[in-house]
Amino acid sequence: MEALEKVRITVKVNGKIYTHDIDPRLLLVHYIRDYLGLTGTHVGCDTSNCGACTVILNGKAVKSCTLYAFMADGGEILTVEGLEKDGKLHPIQEAFWENHALQCGFCTPGMIMTLYDFLSRNPRPTEEEVRRAIEGNLCRCTGYQNIVKAALWAAERMRGGGGDE
Amino acid sequence: MYPPRFSLIVPSTLDEALEILSKYGENAKVLAGGHSLIPLMKLRLASPKYIVYIGKLQGLSYIREEAGRIHIGALTTHATIESSDLLAKRNPLLSETASRIGDLQVRNMGTIGGSLAHADPAADYPAAMMALNAEIVAKSIRGERVIKASDFFKGPFTTALRSDELLVEVRIPALNGFFGTAYEKLVFRAMDFAIVGVAAMLEIDKTGTIVKAGVGLTGVGSTAVRAKGVEEELIGKPASIDTIVKASARASENLNPPSDIRASSEYRRAMAVVMTRRALSRALEAAKARMKGQG
Repeated sequence: MEALEKVRITVKVNGKIYTHDIDPRLLLVHYIRDYLGLTGTHVGCDTSNCGACTVILNGKAVKSCTLYAFMADGGEILTVEGLEKDGKLHPIQEAFWENHALQCGFCTPGMIMTLYDFLSRNPRPTEEEVRRAIEGNLCRCTGYQNIVKAALWAAERMRGGGGDE
Repeated sequence: MYPPRFSLIVPSTLDEALEILSKYGENAKVLAGGHSLIPLMKLRLASPKYIVYIGKLQGLSYIREEAGRIHIGALTTHATIESSDLLAKRNPLLSETASRIGDLQVRNMGTIGGSLAHADPAADYPAAMMALNAEIVAKSIRGERVIKASDFFKGPFTTALRSDELLVEVRIPALNGFFGTAYEKLVFRAMDFAIVGVAAMLEIDKTGTIVKAGVGLTGVGSTAVRAKGVEEELIGKPASIDTIVKASARASENLNPPSDIRASSEYRRAMAVVMTRRALSRALEAAKARMKGQG
């Protein structure tokens, strides 16, 4: 069994397949930002606390600052750039827009990707459940009120409703 | 923060992984979900020469019942444990404990084997391991051994695992009868480590007597501990709040918790009693509800 100094990975990101030879210590967030140029995924705390780096890996929200890129080999990744379809925002993105759920916007991609995972598993959440779901995403501007509102609005919209109460 | 450089080894079978560990020993670190090791590496608290990545190994992620015990594979994530139907029925203490670890993203990646092998003195699982008298299975090319939870945690970030051993499975009882469980975790911010965490399991019989009790505490010392005094005070006594209040008072016996930026030693001792009382009260309610439902 060989000890590798470089490792070849193949990943599907937002529907596109990429192959790169990388250093094993390369973090997934740096791979996404520096190799693929997808800078919507942010580096916030870099200590797995703030959630700004959250992406979907094989259907689940993960903190890409706390994964080595090689751990995603063979997997499928969705970043915030992959959400819109045919020029139309994803309902969660639309919900953030409509409900003024951001000020500076730094935490927004992470918030949206966490909610993407959460709402796929819990399409009818309570406010309390939404608050618990975003425990791992820090926002220093809005006080979370409108983010929670947006999450509930998005849930409604994704169930086929109008999005209003 | 860039972690230090390392050479990567990716075994494709468990046997290969064990061979590598026996060859590289202390120079190698095992990587699964990465949520303990990668933060340590970023802080340069760990700089392993070799990393053995077992995250993609087949057959190490499962939850199944065998002969009255529940066997959980080392690569099972906290999220899987949190949402397991089998555990919800047969040992909800472990699923509740998993649901209180970190946050949604952390639970999606972190594994039970990784968390236990890391042995953070304030981690959540060890409290449940103590309360449940769990067994931890370690494998090496020399064979397999089963380690009792009470022999597994040796100190902060130190376990009974030898450098050539891999933690492969955790075994906990499948609970029977009129049982109740609860995990109470004291934190001041979301997703923090426990200031004090208490895992409790009770079983009562038809006459309303406590016949089994298990209480484990985390965050109160260099390792999680079993509150033997509390358990003694419960077994054979009537299943009442009075019994619980009296027994919980013994939770701080023999405790010498650390003082740190989050809480003083004295405060942790006081909270050990409070959280034990809360956990036991909730466990008792669950046990009584089970008796009502079945009786």
